[in-house]
Amino acid sequence: MALDKNQIAQRIAQELQHGWYVNLGIGIPTLVANFIPEGIEVEFQSENGILGMGPFPFDGEEDADLINAGKQTITAMEGAAYFDSATSFAMIRGQHVQLTVLGAMEVSENGDIANWKIPGKMVKGMGGAMDLVASADNIIVAMMHANKKGESKLLSNCSLPLTGVGCVKKVVTNLAVMEIIEGGGFKLLERAPGVSVEEIRAATEGKLIIKGEIPEMVL
Amino acid sequence: MNKVVDNVEKACAGIENGMTIMLGGFGLCGIPENSISQLVKRGTKELTCISNNAGVDDFGLGLLLQNRQIKKMISSYVGENDEFERQMLSGELEVDLIPQGSLAERCRAGGAGIPAFFTPAGYGTEVAEGKEVRIFNGKPHILESALTADYAIVKAWKGDTAGNLIFKGTARNFNPMMAMAGKVTIAEVEHLVPVGELDPNQIHIAGIFVQHIFQGTNYEKRIEQRTVRQKS
Repeated sequence: MALDKNQIAQRIAQELQHGWYVNLGIGIPTLVANFIPEGIEVEFQSENGILGMGPFPFDGEEDADLINAGKQTITAMEGAAYFDSATSFAMIRGQHVQLTVLGAMEVSENGDIANWKIPGKMVKGMGGAMDLVASADNIIVAMMHANKKGESKLLSNCSLPLTGVGCVKKVVTNLAVMEIIEGGGFKLLERAPGVSVEEIRAATEGKLIIKGEIPEMVL
Repeated sequence: MNKVVDNVEKACAGIENGMTIMLGGFGLCGIPENSISQLVKRGTKELTCISNNAGVDDFGLGLLLQNRQIKKMISSYVGENDEFERQMLSGELEVDLIPQGSLAERCRAGGAGIPAFFTPAGYGTEVAEGKEVRIFNGKPHILESALTADYAIVKAWKGDTAGNLIFKGTARNFNPMMAMAGKVTIAEVEHLVPVGELDPNQIHIAGIFVQHIFQGTNYEKRIEQRTVRQKS
């Protein structure tokens, strides 16, 4: 069975390491915060200016002056800090944030990512995505394997305008966990429970590298 | 030094057609609501607005867009505004989309007397087109220039009569850098207090960057995405 969005988030949460500062993008990445493994302490950074972001507020306790980068009302954890946007991106570009998780429309086998524009159709802007992908050492993309038309989002080359080049290290989709390797290619690391290697191969337009037995994810 | 003006009318009196204006805020959080309403009322036209976002259809900068008062927008993310997208795709509105971190740093640089800087953000994308590329530490970077504005309009939580400002929560965002980058900076505040009342240790932006300050009124502080959890 392919994973649902929560399960994709749950699988990504297994990558978290104690003491990390983490930036979560909008969409599936936001859900990662719900699955932090026991015994692991991480702090979430939101690029609009908070470190130590907490869960959504209780009904009636929303504060218009306290939102995340998705403009959702949030809370601040004990020990949180607020700062301006220049300082926020100093944290990001200065590589003080250990992990960035973000969504994508397309990822290529050499780690290019496209997630901000469909020419002539959708132009929302890149927000902080270009700064995040250009600087972070560790970038995981969380997305569905195929788009709404059923076309693969894992390509040999991105067709949409790029957000960054050669920056994605790992991709977690509803079908698989893949690592992008030197020289290009999606190296298959894990399959979603009950999903076969053949199914993943058929759903991947870019170069899929399969070496040995591919284990099932453990959620 | 007293920077207080009586009201928003006086604060915005010098803003003319065709000027470049920076406006603080992220989404609708920390936007100068009073000054935006005043610009709508005055009908100031052909503005170039530098702001991270463009408001929503019926609030924030969306109000100026509805009235066709904006000639050009310089922003990083404009996804919440249908009218914006329509004007942009039809070519009525000139738009310069730039990475959020570069936008923040370009404002900071403009206020700090740094004419340009290199950043890795946007390398290899259409943002890099026509920009100088240099390799530092084995990694390509692009040259980005500083931004300044005829007027910067910021919103703070508290301010004193000398123009010292304190922001609250994530409403700080772009406000401090824009305050620095304005040739003239207007600060509207929720609480205007006499000089001496703010602890100098707690001030986020020193009054040197602020030319006019006024007590704002009737803040709506609209929430864009109200998200809550239930008490279990």
